Amino acid sequence: MESHEPHSEMYYVKIWALLLVLLIISICGPMLEIKILTLITAFGIAGVKAAIVASRFMHLNVEKKYIHYMLYFMLLMMVIFFAGVAPDVMRNEGTNWINAESKALIKEHANIMPYENPPEHH
Amino acid sequence: MAQPIATRRSVTGIPTGKLAVWWVLGSEIVIFGGLLSCYLFFRLLYGHWSEESVHTNTFAGSLNTLILLTSSLFAVLAHRAAEVKDLRKAFMYLWLTIGGALGFLVVKGCEWTYEISHGFTIGKSLFWSFYYTAAGLHAIHVIAGAIIMAIISFDVIKGKNLQRVELIGIYWHFVDIVWIFLFPLLYIAK
Repeated sequence: MESHEPHSEMYYVKIWALLLVLLIISICGPMLEIKILTLITAFGIAGVKAAIVASRFMHLNVEKKYIHYMLYFMLLMMVIFFAGVAPDVMRNEGTNWINAESKALIKEHANIMPYENPPEHH
Repeated sequence: MAQPIATRRSVTGIPTGKLAVWWVLGSEIVIFGGLLSCYLFFRLLYGHWSEESVHTNTFAGSLNTLILLTSSLFAVLAHRAAEVKDLRKAFMYLWLTIGGALGFLVVKGCEWTYEISHGFTIGKSLFWSFYYTAAGLHAIHVIAGAIIMAIISFDVIKGKNLQRVELIGIYWHFVDIVWIFLFPLLYIAK
């Protein structure tokens, strides 16, 4: 168990309430239909919510540095793995190669016509 | 009774069981991080994906975010109750968290049933493949967390292995964080 004094229940309820306020903002943001505002309210607030959950609920703010370094290291590993395979997966041609099958598939999906029987928007 | 090595040994100054959970989460960062990065880059590269994402149900996504945030609150309250040795409360909060997991799965089940019955299947397009893979992988983590929590709760009520409440809580909050990023990617950015 942790060595620090446990917070009161109300402390966690207040953090939860703050998370709900942020959730409402992230839902309402796109209603204004301003692209940059949608990006900020959706992804910016997601980052803030994740940071609050990690620091206050997971107690990462009082956790030993070892854990922080390990998490940063794993994030770095993810970036390296992704960067290693992304050129093959995300692109369909390079200096000396071309993936014709992938290119055709992407073209096919890009040209998808409107649905014959449009599904209801829910 | 002999204590498990996870609670006796602490080479880094962090109990071994807790360290193991953090390492599991470290590996999860690579799994979910890679998946979400792929999704993000594909969306940036191919604008027509937004035509597909308009069909996801924002209400269901929002409701599930609310459920998971609330279940995270219950998980941390269970941890707090275990710290102050309030066994009944810890047991109750663990089961409220499990209730949140079940609620999440019910909403997800209804959502998927509707989508699949309207032709939005995993094979429809790359967007829907990512949608079902990411949300499905996340749902598997929710199911695993709920099962582990249920097992732990029956030890907790007997006053045994109370440190495990914190460990499953850390895992549960991570599952919540993954959803916090999935929500804008799949439901908000349209």
